[in-house]
Amino acid sequence: MPVEWLYGLGGGLVIGLAGAVFLLANGRIMGASGIVGGLVDGTGAANRTERLAFLAGLIGFPMVIALLFGFVPPGNVTTSPALLIAAGLLVGVGTRLANGCTSGHGVCGISRLSLRGIVATVFYILAGGLTVVLFRHILGII
Amino acid sequence: MRNLLAALAGGLFGTGLLLSGMTDTKKVQGWLDVFGAWDPTLAFVMGGAILPMAVAWVLAKGRRPLLGGSFPERSAPKLGHNLVVGSVLFGMGWGLVGLCPGPALASLSFGGPPVWIFTLAMLGGMILAPAVRTRLDAATAAA
Repeated sequence: MPVEWLYGLGGGLVIGLAGAVFLLANGRIMGASGIVGGLVDGTGAANRTERLAFLAGLIGFPMVIALLFGFVPPGNVTTSPALLIAAGLLVGVGTRLANGCTSGHGVCGISRLSLRGIVATVFYILAGGLTVVLFRHILGII
Repeated sequence: MRNLLAALAGGLFGTGLLLSGMTDTKKVQGWLDVFGAWDPTLAFVMGGAILPMAVAWVLAKGRRPLLGGSFPERSAPKLGHNLVVGSVLFGMGWGLVGLCPGPALASLSFGGPPVWIFTLAMLGGMILAPAVRTRLDAATAAA
């Protein structure tokens, strides 16, 4: 649906603007998994408050928007706790091993033509696509 | 000031994720589902996000961050097993439920129990990651 593409493009521009602010002002790469991961395993202790401030904005702004505009969240793909836990563990371990996720490798990496960012993005999109094929079309679980 | 701008960047990031549909797990899975009803929206999101970011990298060249310090060094283009294995594991989890770290956090306030369970498990995975990395490194060195 073309209108959704426009929302996608507009939202994407705002995401890129966020990354540009974080880079040009704070000199930091906007990678969600890296910002959280550094807090979780202690490797980011040196700039703890900056990370927490970023997370406060990331969680807080959508909350305010949801409250102000009565945003109704779309239904989730799955509510199965087993699937959610398995997926969460995979995403947590995977993004920290690879040192980045969709925002760090995908947005910030590709935009500076980082080979690591491009390779990571190719692999996680391929793995995601194959997982959907296997679990939706072959096993019929999701 | 650093914290204020970090919060602003995080807020813009969350707003963009919400606006673009990245917090809609069905939409995200639809983009990965090339054999089903493929939804190309995410390509627009990625393209839209890369554009201002590419400009930012150009602006950063030869300058310093506004609030002091220095820009992150470009890491050596090393394509090790951690990058590949990690990205594959991440992609599998992403495909399973349609959530990656940014959108999961952005939808914590309204996503309800599924998002909370996923996020807790993700934090658990991040705690386990260093141990997994050590084993993976040992296994690769032995091979």
